[in-house]
Amino acid sequence: MADQPEIDRLTGQKTTGHQWDGIKELNTPLPKWWLYVFYASILFSLVYVVLYPAIPTLTGYTRGILGYDQRVQLEASLAEQAAARAQYIDRIAASDLADIQSDAELATFALAGGQTAFADNCVPCHGLGGAGQDGGYPSLADDDWLWGGTLDDIHQTLQVGIRADHPQTRTSMMPAYGVLNMLDEGQIADIAHHVLTLAGDAAEDAEAAARGAEVYNIQCAACHAADGAGNTLLGAPALNDRIWLYGGTHEEIAAQIYEPRHGVMPAWGRLGDDAIKMLTLYVHNLGGGE
Amino acid sequence: MDRGTTGRNQETGAPEGDFVTVRDGTEAAVSARPRPADAGALRRAAHPALDTAMTDVVPAEEALSRKEQKREALYVSRIKVHPKDVRGTIRTIKWLVLAACLAVYYIGPWLRWDRGPDAPSQALLLDFPNRKFYLFWIEIWPQEIYYLTALLIVAALLLFLATSLAGRVWCGYACPQTVWTDLFMWVERRIEGDRNARIRLDKAPMSAGKFAKRSAKHGIWMVIALLTGGAWIMYFYDAPTLVGEFFTGQAPTAVYFFVGLFTATTYLLAGLAREQVCVYMCPWPRFQAALLDDDSLIVTYEHHRGEPRGKHKRGDSWDGRGDCIDCTQCVAVCPTGIDIRDGLQFECIGCGLCIDACDTVMDKVERPRGLIKFDSERNQALIARGEAPTRWTKRIVRPRTIVYAVLIVAVLTAFLTSLSTRSALDLTVLRDRNPLYVTLSDGSIRNGFTVRIINQHHETRVFALTLDQVAQAAFTVPGLVERSPGPILLEAGPDTVVSHRVFVSLPPEAVDGSARSVTFVVTDQTDGSSDAYATTFRGPE
Repeated sequence: MADQPEIDRLTGQKTTGHQWDGIKELNTPLPKWWLYVFYASILFSLVYVVLYPAIPTLTGYTRGILGYDQRVQLEASLAEQAAARAQYIDRIAASDLADIQSDAELATFALAGGQTAFADNCVPCHGLGGAGQDGGYPSLADDDWLWGGTLDDIHQTLQVGIRADHPQTRTSMMPAYGVLNMLDEGQIADIAHHVLTLAGDAAEDAEAAARGAEVYNIQCAACHAADGAGNTLLGAPALNDRIWLYGGTHEEIAAQIYEPRHGVMPAWGRLGDDAIKMLTLYVHNLGGGE
Repeated sequence: MDRGTTGRNQETGAPEGDFVTVRDGTEAAVSARPRPADAGALRRAAHPALDTAMTDVVPAEEALSRKEQKREALYVSRIKVHPKDVRGTIRTIKWLVLAACLAVYYIGPWLRWDRGPDAPSQALLLDFPNRKFYLFWIEIWPQEIYYLTALLIVAALLLFLATSLAGRVWCGYACPQTVWTDLFMWVERRIEGDRNARIRLDKAPMSAGKFAKRSAKHGIWMVIALLTGGAWIMYFYDAPTLVGEFFTGQAPTAVYFFVGLFTATTYLLAGLAREQVCVYMCPWPRFQAALLDDDSLIVTYEHHRGEPRGKHKRGDSWDGRGDCIDCTQCVAVCPTGIDIRDGLQFECIGCGLCIDACDTVMDKVERPRGLIKFDSERNQALIARGEAPTRWTKRIVRPRTIVYAVLIVAVLTAFLTSLSTRSALDLTVLRDRNPLYVTLSDGSIRNGFTVRIINQHHETRVFALTLDQVAQAAFTVPGLVERSPGPILLEAGPDTVVSHRVFVSLPPEAVDGSARSVTFVVTDQTDGSSDAYATTFRGPE
């Protein structure tokens, strides 16, 4: 491959002596400073290899004499983050909910923290943004609350849960009117007709609704109120609105009277008081807070 | 890339002597030429009598081009270039361009522009901490950064057009590398003298005098470099404030770092590296060849007129020889140290100083000027064949330049139209995706939106937000309004972006299906200007 350098006759320039398939390479010399910069780069890399972690070995890698470690850097920056957060966490711990809400800076922090905690713990049932799910997972973004939508109500619900293992847990039990033979199926159908009129719809079957109203006033009004407004102290849902936890058709309402389903939410006290406060503010801010 | 040195000039140029067409592979053409390394010696051997006879007309020193001096090793030591002082029209133009460039650069940050009490008063300010660019009456916010793209496109197209018309004028006149190198060379010439004095000084052993000259030169270079680095930073901060802070040690660390960096690079590139930047580092010479064509102006040596070259004694006949007296003044003045008589080379930055040098010599030997001149390759070929050169209008107006010019006008028009019609108010609405919609107790459907209003006025403005053509809408902004029929009033401070969560509820019959389109409209309560944003309102199936 390498011949003697010769003069290229066309350009008058010397060749490098390299030849591939008859093609010769002209020698266009690089400047020496370029070569020295290259040597300097090699020198730099040697110094770098000595100072910093560089070469993998069978069991690990060379550590470098500066002891640089990205894990240490990460821990340091995490500690820095925690320290930056601590001042807010301390203030949240010391303030009550209304004060946090009225302090713009603190509220911003709490909402961000609440969003994270919500995504970790609440989203599986209540959905992103508190959208709720069919089948008894209530929306947290609407203006209808089973156990109350004030800051204190939400805080309490989070703390003790619903039908959970907390001693003060929120609990209520609607009797299974059909299963226990407290009402016959005709009466249940009548009540369902009446309940639909509470929400403002014209009665499908006015006679049945009128019969249902009588039974409703005896059996249901104690908890759900005569006008169907419900009672958040008892966790009795409002029946005079357009929001139905287990569906709003006649059939679905009748089924719920026959054998009610009861949702369960764990008590979230284990998350810590700060997280519960931040969650409370976040849920309150989803659009339905009272 | 080095296309000029191999065949171009032989193609276009002299039918006589050494230079015949090479394209068909004729080898005799070049083999008869002197070997580069000993070209000077050959010349002297060929004209022993003329060598001294010329001294009264032109300086006798031999200047060897880069190519002639090149050794045949794989790496070469730098061949130091000692450009000679030159006077003439082109040198004057180059000084004027240099002065204008430096003036723009140094004065730029000190220009003031009144924008009211809440905005900076610097005419040219790239405010990175606040992410706003101020260019006189233009303000560019981050979301409008595409305006800078338009400026860059226009700048690139102008460069293409200039290159297509006049060759490498950017390299020769306006490139910062050229401007500062020229400035540094001027300092060097003032202190160390012209070419011959500098060559002597380089060879002389170190002495008190040499040390003093060198110290003075590098000292002044450092001062200029510092001023250059300092001026650069002023485009990014308020200039008068920064100068005060800089000298009292209160400027941010980044300022000191960048001033140091740009001082060092200016000193290195303009003082020490010089033509090495153009020849070895810069990519521009490589792809500029692609932008040149047969009609672009290049610095060109008229082979047909100059050859055969040779020394000339006063009174000798000019018959049977070329006008080039081989005085090598064109090489002596060249800032990159090439011989333009070798043809177009990528090292040529197109500054045309060799034209001034040659014209001076031609005046002295009483031959017409323009042996070296700005001309197109097509013209040179035509003249060499004895035909009339292309008319200048035809050279300038051709498809390539028309396309460039049309593009420039189109982009500029679009840019200026967009800039002059843009509003100082901008509305963006981002709809919630979770939940898509919420059914409220009364059956109405509520959607959540994040409404962002950008107020580019330098004062607080109040904006009225409403939904276009939707009468039944009720607006809730947590903490501000509760189920108001609208329009709702939102305040935005000077030069700020405000973001609000806005819940809009509509009766189910107004939603009518799973989605309908709605348009948010925001109206400035001060001047009545408005902006709209179309989005979707979702409901149940």
